[in-house]
Amino acid sequence: MMAEYDAIVVGGGHNGLTCAAYLARAGRKTLVLERRHVLGGAAVTEEIHPGFKFTVCSYVVSLMRPEVIRELELARHGLHILPLQSAFAPMENGDYLAIYPDEGSTREEIRRHSKRDADMAPKFNQLMYEMAFAVKPIVGMVPPDPSRPGLRGLRTLRDLGRHLQGLGRETFHHLTKTMTMSVADLLDEWFESDIVKAYAALNGIIGTKLGPQSPGTAYVLLHHYMGELDGAFTAWGWQRGGTGGVSDAIANAARSHGAEIRCEAPVARVLVRDGRAVGVALENGDEIYAKTVVSGCDPRVTFRKLVEEKELPEDFVAAIDRFKFRGSSGKVNLALDALPRFTAMKDPALMQMIEICPSMDYLERAYDDASYGGFSKRPFLDIIIPSTIDPTMAPPGKHVMSIFVQYASYDMPEYGNRDEQRDAFGNAVIDTLTEFAPNLKDIILHRQVLTPWDLEQKFGLTEGNIFQGELTLDQLFFLRPAPGWADYRTPIRSYYQCGSGTHPGGGITSGPGRLAALEILRDRN
Amino acid sequence: MPRRTPFHARTAALCTSQNWQDWSGYLSANSYELDHMREYNAVRTTCALFDISPLFKYHVRGRDAGRLLDRMVTRDVSKCRVGQVMYTPWCDDDGKVIDDGTVARLGEDFFRLTAAIPTLDWLQDNAFGLTVEIEDVTHDFGGLALQGPTSRDLLQQLTGADLGSLPYFHLVDDKVAGMPTRISRTGYTGDLGYEIFVEPKGAEAVWDALVEMGRAYNLQPAGNVALDVVRIEAGLLLIDVDFVSSKKTFFEVQKSTPYELGLGWTVKLRKKHFVGREALRREKARGAASATVGLVLDILALEKIYAGYGMPLQLPYTSWNVAVPVYADEDQRNHIGKATSGTWSPILKQYVVIARVKPQHAELGSHLFVEKTVEGRRFAVPAEVVKMPFFDPARKKEMPS
Repeated sequence: MMAEYDAIVVGGGHNGLTCAAYLARAGRKTLVLERRHVLGGAAVTEEIHPGFKFTVCSYVVSLMRPEVIRELELARHGLHILPLQSAFAPMENGDYLAIYPDEGSTREEIRRHSKRDADMAPKFNQLMYEMAFAVKPIVGMVPPDPSRPGLRGLRTLRDLGRHLQGLGRETFHHLTKTMTMSVADLLDEWFESDIVKAYAALNGIIGTKLGPQSPGTAYVLLHHYMGELDGAFTAWGWQRGGTGGVSDAIANAARSHGAEIRCEAPVARVLVRDGRAVGVALENGDEIYAKTVVSGCDPRVTFRKLVEEKELPEDFVAAIDRFKFRGSSGKVNLALDALPRFTAMKDPALMQMIEICPSMDYLERAYDDASYGGFSKRPFLDIIIPSTIDPTMAPPGKHVMSIFVQYASYDMPEYGNRDEQRDAFGNAVIDTLTEFAPNLKDIILHRQVLTPWDLEQKFGLTEGNIFQGELTLDQLFFLRPAPGWADYRTPIRSYYQCGSGTHPGGGITSGPGRLAALEILRDRN
Repeated sequence: MPRRTPFHARTAALCTSQNWQDWSGYLSANSYELDHMREYNAVRTTCALFDISPLFKYHVRGRDAGRLLDRMVTRDVSKCRVGQVMYTPWCDDDGKVIDDGTVARLGEDFFRLTAAIPTLDWLQDNAFGLTVEIEDVTHDFGGLALQGPTSRDLLQQLTGADLGSLPYFHLVDDKVAGMPTRISRTGYTGDLGYEIFVEPKGAEAVWDALVEMGRAYNLQPAGNVALDVVRIEAGLLLIDVDFVSSKKTFFEVQKSTPYELGLGWTVKLRKKHFVGREALRREKARGAASATVGLVLDILALEKIYAGYGMPLQLPYTSWNVAVPVYADEDQRNHIGKATSGTWSPILKQYVVIARVKPQHAELGSHLFVEKTVEGRRFAVPAEVVKMPFFDPARKKEMPS
């Protein structure tokens, strides 16, 4: 049994590809095995309707680690992120809130809703940026285990302690509060206008099965402020060609360093001999041997599907079984014959990001609807129409619309079988959006609907969780995915994890992939 | 009162920022919105529409038209075929650059010269003894630059000319939206793009047609702020910024030769005679006193400088064009040149700089230091000499398959 490769990465998602790129860059003979016919995992672009490309799952980029962009020279390999600088949030009374590319216009717009909020908004952003800057070093570090830190961990903890001390009392107190509060409570401290609060609350609930009133959501908001584009903490960006373009850029970088990437090569299991990973068995029965195996899949797949239970300590298995997935969102992607007409929209330049979050109560109610299964009757929708800035997505004059939908449960038995559930869910989304854009139903050429269950079936995301596990405080940093195993290693020797189920978590960050690779390169395998 | 271009009624209606500047006596939009990023991204992703009417334009006709231009510019105009466009600088007797522009051959004995500064007198002075007719047609044509990846598909919808067979730096006369126009595959962005010249009476019709059809192609009117970022990415020099016209300064130190500007490829010493030839021949033999280079700043080092103040990295989203010193050493003792313009390039994810340095430091891969002021204190930021253009997409020159 000869190892053909230094490393095999299971799963060609963006983190798996990142890990492979770093390993190959360090001279390791690396193979990536992807189950599907396309790379990218949840960061994928597919032509679902002829001429129309959909960002099937993830749709925007912001949290991509700048060091990965630099070190893998991703711009040279096709990374091209366009800033999304405006947003439009229609209200139920026919009014709206708009965010413009320049601060002055945005302030004037907020003033229409509240003079005080107009003054507070830049201060709030300032504080969030300050806190994001404060926690930035954490995002880039391998989590030490505080209970058994070792020399290296102690050094990390010491540096972290010094860094936090250096923040100043006020920032530190704000930070501690933000880590534990609900986003609704946080925003109540700052703003009076309901629509301003509802708009600001979005990033506190996105991807998480929590309502704006649930503690912990303030942290999720902060997580999304850590987005960095071109050295500045800024808003969201759109990758030319969709998020699949990010995966392609990383794949190109990996290949340029000699990594081999195979699609339609589903891995059945990881081969373990004497507590050591020695390779993988493909579903077609082929066995490929390697000195190291890395899983980019989520913790459930990594530890409960790819390896046998007997290879793992009992308490670790229990911890992985307790790890919360609880997908809370779905996706509807539309091919459109023309642009939708939003009743409240006066300025066509706002046709970029559209948020259906007309009030705080609307968001809380949307959460209530789905708390016991099923989905929100009138869901929160995070919409972009990328074809207004990226001509590669649709034929001239036609458009694609990506609709992120929250809340949706993994189980929605009251709507019948899975096909009926999908239809009912899709209809609720289209009906809700039509309230704000009456011509919508007339211009739909094709619709793709994905419930959390579909996300699991299609992309292997357990229970349809888009972050490979919830971003709640009990599942972050040295607790992600399990205490003692947050440093990308696993109880099985030479078996590693590099997905979003590890620190620093979900979103298109490449952070887990990079940190995992750097740890693998530290070990002698 | 500044002049208004033939497109002014249209551009003014769209210029919500009211951000204008003087361009050769015309009002020229710096950006249409307060923030220029949408315009920048349009150039690189969809297409942008610039009003370039203020360019100086001259028609040169007659038996000796080609001889006159050949006498004046450094490139070999006799090699310019009808329908072809040539980029070229032109120099004074000392070989110092006066200006750069394009020579287009419209007929056997009919040329158009575009220039950044007034050039009628220089054409006339050089026409001594030649049979030519020189006409300043600057005000007789409005000009638009349609630049970006979707520019061809958009323009093709509005013209009978076969743009698919129009090579880079060639032109064709054909109607756009029913108006007679002159379309050249040229631009100042380093991307796929076209420049369209039209008489003032047809100008608004052409603009309207482009904007209307442009809805399906994500067309964005764009101004000088975005243009300056993309021209630096394309490694294209700007007069009064990266060099000074020898006609505009008395001081030798401010003048430069084509060799110093990285334009040696345009100097055709095999031509029997042109203004500045002797001086340039001598310079070529001797070696130029300086060289123009592209630099990429080390942003990790820059990030460290900011971190020293507890600050996150700050990058320039708009270009700067006030010269700063370039050194061979971090201690800033060995001054070897100046950086004349620079910008953060969002598409390259690099901080790119155009600089003029002593020739021994101009080799690709050389490590230099560019002065950067952070919080009022000077630092030397490491930079590497790289090939220009920084950004050079294949689509710029490619013929569609």
